[in-house]
Amino acid sequence: MTELLTVEGLETQFRTREGTVHAVNGVSFSLREGETLGIVGESGCGKSVTVMSILRLIPSPPGKVVAGKAIYQGKDLLKMSDEEIRHIRGAQISMVFQDPMTSFNPVLTIGRQVAEPLEIHMGMSRKQALERAAEMLAMVGIPNAKERLNDYPHQFSGGMRQRVMIAMALICTPQILIADEPTTALDVTIQAQIIDLVKRLRDELGMAIIWITHDLGIIAGLADRVAVMYGGYIIEMAQVDELYAHPTHPYTIGLLGSLPRMDETGHRRLISIDGLPPVLLEKPNYCPFAPRCKYAVERCWHENPPLMSVAPEHQVACWVDTQTGRER
Amino acid sequence: MGRYIARRLIYLLVVLFVVSAITFGLMHAVPGGPFDREKALPPEIIENLNKRYHLDEPLLMQYGRYLYDVFIPRISATPPQGSVDDDFLITVKLGNVWFKWMNFGPTYSSRSRTVNDIFRQQLPVSAQLGIMALLVAIIIGMPLGILAALKQNTIFDYLGMSVAIFGVSVPVIILGPLMIWIFGVTLKWFPPTGWGAKPPFVLGIFPRELGPEFFRYAIMPSVALGLGSSAIIARLTRASLLQTMREDYIRTARAKGLRESLVIVRHALKNSLIPVVTILGPLFAALVTGTFVTEVTFGIPGMGRYFVTSITNRDYPVIMGTILLYALILVIANLVVDIVYAYLDPRIRYD
Ligand SMILES: Nc1ncnc2c1ncn2[C@@H]1O[C@H](COP(=O)(O)OP(=O)(O)OP(=O)(O)O)[C@@H](O)[C@H]1O
Ligand code: SF4
Ligand SMILES: [Mg+2]
Repeated sequence: MTELLTVEGLETQFRTREGTVHAVNGVSFSLREGETLGIVGESGCGKSVTVMSILRLIPSPPGKVVAGKAIYQGKDLLKMSDEEIRHIRGAQISMVFQDPMTSFNPVLTIGRQVAEPLEIHMGMSRKQALERAAEMLAMVGIPNAKERLNDYPHQFSGGMRQRVMIAMALICTPQILIADEPTTALDVTIQAQIIDLVKRLRDELGMAIIWITHDLGIIAGLADRVAVMYGGYIIEMAQVDELYAHPTHPYTIGLLGSLPRMDETGHRRLISIDGLPPVLLEKPNYCPFAPRCKYAVERCWHENPPLMSVAPEHQVACWVDTQTGRER
Repeated sequence: MGRYIARRLIYLLVVLFVVSAITFGLMHAVPGGPFDREKALPPEIIENLNKRYHLDEPLLMQYGRYLYDVFIPRISATPPQGSVDDDFLITVKLGNVWFKWMNFGPTYSSRSRTVNDIFRQQLPVSAQLGIMALLVAIIIGMPLGILAALKQNTIFDYLGMSVAIFGVSVPVIILGPLMIWIFGVTLKWFPPTGWGAKPPFVLGIFPRELGPEFFRYAIMPSVALGLGSSAIIARLTRASLLQTMREDYIRTARAKGLRESLVIVRHALKNSLIPVVTILGPLFAALVTGTFVTEVTFGIPGMGRYFVTSITNRDYPVIMGTILLYALILVIANLVVDIVYAYLDPRIRYD
């Protein structure tokens, strides 16, 4: 499969009062045509900052992409002009955000907001765009779509709003959909409906997806490949089956070990592993997971491990082979 | 919406009643009376005056009489006589009878004038000055605040906010004479004093002619009065727009590929103006009622002088009438704000 988007050495920092926050520290990955890539990791590990950097949506100041490339259709998204990236946003790469409550403009009708990308990217008239918006809303399962165009966001439930958000993101049939924890704010049954909807739309429209989540359970049924992030680094990347069958990084093992079973309580907990997430005020010259790692050896405290291949399509950033307990 | 407005109008009556009771009580609790002079008047004259204005009656009865004259409409077969006792603010001919409403009483300062005369001749001038000052405040304040927010921490921001600080910290009593001297006397751009509109007024408030003559007189005092408020609006607009630009839906708009100018105009401005609109009601009331210094400085024949002297002179009907009217303006200004608010923000529905 051909690569649609290639990210290389992406580094993003925030200048804050406490010092420089190293939110993303040289992340590289690629996304292939039609593929779904999951990005998982605990809160604050840099998932959102990674994808927002690619679309140049990082608030600046305080944020700045200090290094890296993001090649899309032969061009670097990070270097192109504001006008060029604008034509890509919402038309070829679009985003769905976590909070369907706050991500809509409260004073504009849903119709206006969903139709807007068509007006700016496709040059459609307001009327044409609204007609198309109604079709798109019907496609994502909004009942009486045409009548609801004139409603405001607060007149929709959370789940419905997230459907609308997906309709808005897909209305220009983009090649890539970036979904940043789109179901975290929703309750479990609604979550499942949204995921089914996205799967169906993926089959119909054929776009590639980057799906960000806390929840390894969601990823299993949705993604082709998974990148696990920790402290601003990708620390393990593999095909989804391989990752679940042979988790290799101690952090990933911890994540899968703490994966709650749905049938017990009906609720998924957010991932939790003993110890605190890393402070990002320095770029560590040791393994960022070392303070919480059961497997840590001397070397872990002196050298930050790079991503190393351990199997085809499977890379890990760890000095220790967790299966044998020996250093690599 | 209709029911909401009806409810608010009933509430308005309650407010007016309470305000009238408090004002009446306070004004009679303060020592001194309307006919105290340095050189005391002969007792029989005072007695006559008290009798003439019913000041010899028990207080409660005086209050009742006042409410009766102001609030209870009369229907009579005779046309208005033009006498001091038969001067109603609203008189309408219905068939062959006259509907008369709101007699605010005499003023003790003049034998032939009534409070209604002041309302007809001086109040509109103050109201015009207040409205003009509010327009000045909005026209200067909002763009300044928007500019400062969009160019946050640049020279524009600092310059804009310095102007704003200048606006709040220099009082009319300094700014006024300064403007008169520079623009009135030296440059001769504007007449140094006076007001361009004369009674009678359209609908009791508006100038008959809204031409260059009106504005030539109005601009200097309106700027002098409105500049302080423009500073308040500018700072609030700036803060509100900065806040709005950090909202999630602004990020959504950018992620859709909107040009930054469109992000601001279509997605940020309306939201950021909602808090600004909220203060326009009280601000307007403050401007209309706070015209005294400006009127004195620019020699404008407005309401301010009557109100201030009425208090020192214990001119009870003028005090009562003015305060009731100011309360009315405040409540109506807030009602208008609420209606505009509902128009701006679809989440707000009154019913
Ligand atoms: N505007 C900002 N100013 C300062 N620091 C920021 C800003 N945005 C993000 N960060 C920092 O960057 C780091 C990564 O944040 P990011 O939002 O990418 O986390 P995340 O993995 O998406 O977490 P979550 O699951 O909670 O969304 C965090 O430590 C955060 O403190
Ligand atoms: S490199 Fe060392 S500290 Fe880091 S995860 Fe591997 S074993 Fe643990
Ligand atoms: Mg996030």
